[in-house]
Amino acid sequence: MTAHFPILQVIIPLLAAPLCLFIRIPRIVGIFAILVSATAFLISCGLLQEVITGGTLSYQLGGWAAPWGIEYRIDKLNGYLLLLVSGVSTIVLVAAQTSISKELPENRHTFFYTAYLLCLTGLLGILATADAFNLFVFLEISALSSYTLIAIGTDRRALTASYQYLVMGTIGATFIIIGVGLMYMMTGTLNMYDLAERLPAVYESKTVLSAFGFFIVGVCLKLALFPLHLWLPNAYAYAPSITTAFLAATSTKVAVYVLIRYIFSIFGIEFVDMSLPLGDIFLFLGLTGIFVASVAAIYQLNIKRLFAYSSVAQIGYIILGLAIETELGLTATLLHLFNHALMKAAIFLAIGAVVYRIGSAQLSHYAGLGKKMPWTMAAIVAGGLSLIGVPLTVGFVSKWYLVVALLDKGWWPVAVLVLISSLIAVIYVWRVVEWIYLTPPRIITDEIKEAPMSQLIPIWILVLANIYFGVDTRLTVGVSKLAAQSLFGVN
Amino acid sequence: MWLAPETLLILTILVPLFAVPGIIAANRFPNRREGVTITASIILIYLVTTLYGLVQNGTSIAIKGPALFPGLHLSFEIEPLGMLFSLVAGFLWLVTTVYAIGYMRGHHEKNQTRFYSCFAIAISSVMGISYAGNLLTLFIFYEVLTLSTYPLVTHSGTPKAKEGGRVYLGVLLSTSVLFLLLAIVATWYTAGTVEFQKGGVFPPETAPIITGTLLVLYIFGIGKAAIMPFHRWLPAAMVAPTPVSALLHAVAVVKAGVFSVLKVCVYIFGLDLLRTLPSADFMLYLAAATVLLASIVAMRQDNLKARLAYSTVSQLGYITIGALLATNAGIVGGAMHIAMHAFGKITLFFCAGAIMVAAHKTEISDMRGLGKSMPITMIAFFIGSLSIIGLPPTGGTWGKWFIMTGAFDAGKWTIMIVLMLSSLLNIAYLLPIPLRAFFSKQAYGKPVQIKEAPLPSLLALSFTALGCIFLFFYTQPLYELASAILQ
Repeated sequence: MTAHFPILQVIIPLLAAPLCLFIRIPRIVGIFAILVSATAFLISCGLLQEVITGGTLSYQLGGWAAPWGIEYRIDKLNGYLLLLVSGVSTIVLVAAQTSISKELPENRHTFFYTAYLLCLTGLLGILATADAFNLFVFLEISALSSYTLIAIGTDRRALTASYQYLVMGTIGATFIIIGVGLMYMMTGTLNMYDLAERLPAVYESKTVLSAFGFFIVGVCLKLALFPLHLWLPNAYAYAPSITTAFLAATSTKVAVYVLIRYIFSIFGIEFVDMSLPLGDIFLFLGLTGIFVASVAAIYQLNIKRLFAYSSVAQIGYIILGLAIETELGLTATLLHLFNHALMKAAIFLAIGAVVYRIGSAQLSHYAGLGKKMPWTMAAIVAGGLSLIGVPLTVGFVSKWYLVVALLDKGWWPVAVLVLISSLIAVIYVWRVVEWIYLTPPRIITDEIKEAPMSQLIPIWILVLANIYFGVDTRLTVGVSKLAAQSLFGVN
Repeated sequence: MWLAPETLLILTILVPLFAVPGIIAANRFPNRREGVTITASIILIYLVTTLYGLVQNGTSIAIKGPALFPGLHLSFEIEPLGMLFSLVAGFLWLVTTVYAIGYMRGHHEKNQTRFYSCFAIAISSVMGISYAGNLLTLFIFYEVLTLSTYPLVTHSGTPKAKEGGRVYLGVLLSTSVLFLLLAIVATWYTAGTVEFQKGGVFPPETAPIITGTLLVLYIFGIGKAAIMPFHRWLPAAMVAPTPVSALLHAVAVVKAGVFSVLKVCVYIFGLDLLRTLPSADFMLYLAAATVLLASIVAMRQDNLKARLAYSTVSQLGYITIGALLATNAGIVGGAMHIAMHAFGKITLFFCAGAIMVAAHKTEISDMRGLGKSMPITMIAFFIGSLSIIGLPPTGGTWGKWFIMTGAFDAGKWTIMIVLMLSSLLNIAYLLPIPLRAFFSKQAYGKPVQIKEAPLPSLLALSFTALGCIFLFFYTQPLYELASAILQ
């Protein structure tokens, strides 16, 4: 049984998704989806445990040996992210039970859970597989289902947002498949580790270089690296809150994983160094992205858009860690992947609870909510503090590692810029705080109550995780370090 | 003794924190709520005095908490400077609570539960700062202190409070994130440790350019020490209710700043290294400029709290000077001035609040002749002023005396002149207030009758005023504690 964990992780949600359509009673489908996601989470716990103690796991799909058959391979890097994605997904699903009842018409609930599980399948599949083409397939599964998840709400603006995302996402996916095709042309293999062995022989060829180029642009579209981020703010702002919470916490993170996997495990850092000035490009785009998106966040009137821009900025930090091209820098990136997922999941779920109560995500409607919904608001503030990087939150841990990595590289002006940028985060977070606590409400809102327990509990689990992993960093720092070491060690 | 010293140390941080749920639970019953705060502060005093006894007997108390990063723990250690700071803050918390009961009720303030809760969190973080065993722990509690006092600054919720809150948070957070955090990370990177150690942490071969830059980053980064040009937050914080200004913005928060400066100078740089740094001289003169300029600005303020705030900026400069002189007397003087100035300034703020509650006056020009209706308050104000100026028979004399000696030892004549000039300015902006209150005619021709502040407030301000005089005669324990820093 445990031997099949790598595939069960993916196949269970995949099979469960169509089953939802048979069950059809929304309440039961919801609970079923939680169970499925929780199973995936338990499996990922087992997997990570096994990977840490016993080393990399390789699973041959259908018993076909590796370069010909599809291989699933779990190492520390994807074991860690599998845990994150399935864990966040489960918590978000718990909150979804009540949250979607206000944001989706009753007859779409079953479809929502179906699409959600498919999206989860896609994300877990991308992480687990060691086959370049299989990865593309899962990328499309997750992308197509997330277009649905975004458009499924009652907000009609979500339709255009989803369409925008569809166009950009498809371009990205096309670029990725062109890259995969070109690599296949040169090496005749699709298995990642086989590719890694065969590629050095053809490093000089222009075909490999263009494969790499297509590939980088395609993935950067997916992960919304500035200036390819234009689809993200609208998609996050108009999607149902649960979708936003799930996608913000997981989908861009998985895209970053793909980038890391391709750079380190397939092409190898030497190839990247000699072919493209990728470090400089990432440094420039990461920094610009941080500043442009953070400043844009200050001016948003819709709180979901505000935090969506903040997500773009946070992706900048993640990419900046990659740009350093050292083990410490990669550790910082991997840490921030995990930590940022915790922050944004908490914040967007809390926003979802507000939408559930007042039906709006306009910042001006938050006036005076500090008194009406104290626990939800405290969660938003806690998430915001984590985003700023206040000590005792996960944000501080990320920032600490990023600054140490930058100093280690000797890039102290960049370290200063990173710290300055976290002050811009103070500005946009504090705009929210002032609306919540210091602005008198414009309308009499006596009927507004605190969010229901079914949402408060998942929100606060995430908030406490933000604090817990900000103090006890053994798991996050430990695994990130090991993963970074092995990624650098391989090459 | 039935509790281990380490447990006592942790309890000093936890007791104020545990008071918070109690305060919130007693939301609807003001007497019970304030009862919780007072009980917690009495327990805290018991704890810090017990710890003081243990430290006197030579017990060394240190705790290594969980590791935040590999090799970098949350750690606590009691050394004399931290002991002194926690004693001052612990004692004055009780006094301020008593005062606040009179003030907050007399002033009909809203959201008093939030007020007392945030106050308790702030005190808890002050305890964390005093006993921090390394820079990381200090930084964590430093930031908690900033955040927990923000709701106190914006307590009234008016647009002015919002504005003040922005300046407060803006200056304190940006200096700490931009300079202090960078300095801490860089120290960790160059020295490999951020533990407070006698004689400093930097290996002798560290380039002076690095240590010199780091010193500048530390001094500016500790924005709570209010060295110009990063002092704007302190006047901005004066929109807070007076007990906040009294305890936090005359004692706890600002002293956390200068305390950190002293701590960094003694235990991170070490006096020997500090003496050789050219940037130490530069910062010294900047602190001297702060002392003078803030005094001059203070003279021009008509709002009493604003004048006191600028006076605080100026007095904090004294302590920073004491630290940067890098002489034994300077350090002793700086440490003693933390306690002396605390008693003096809290008295003045208590009086300002009492005047606000009883006579509804905030401007100094309206306070003429007030001595006839508020004699006790005005006498206390007089004593507090003497202590700030540094005249006998008040405690403030000693702090300034030792800082002066420190400047003499270091041969810095300019600093000595600045200190003397500043004392003259202190006289000019403080003494006229009580003198005019007693010897001028009343501003408005109302019939004179005694109308003092509510009794709890009056008791508190008399207590601290007497404390100022007491500290003049009974300085020995304080001096011993301060000089133990250097052994």
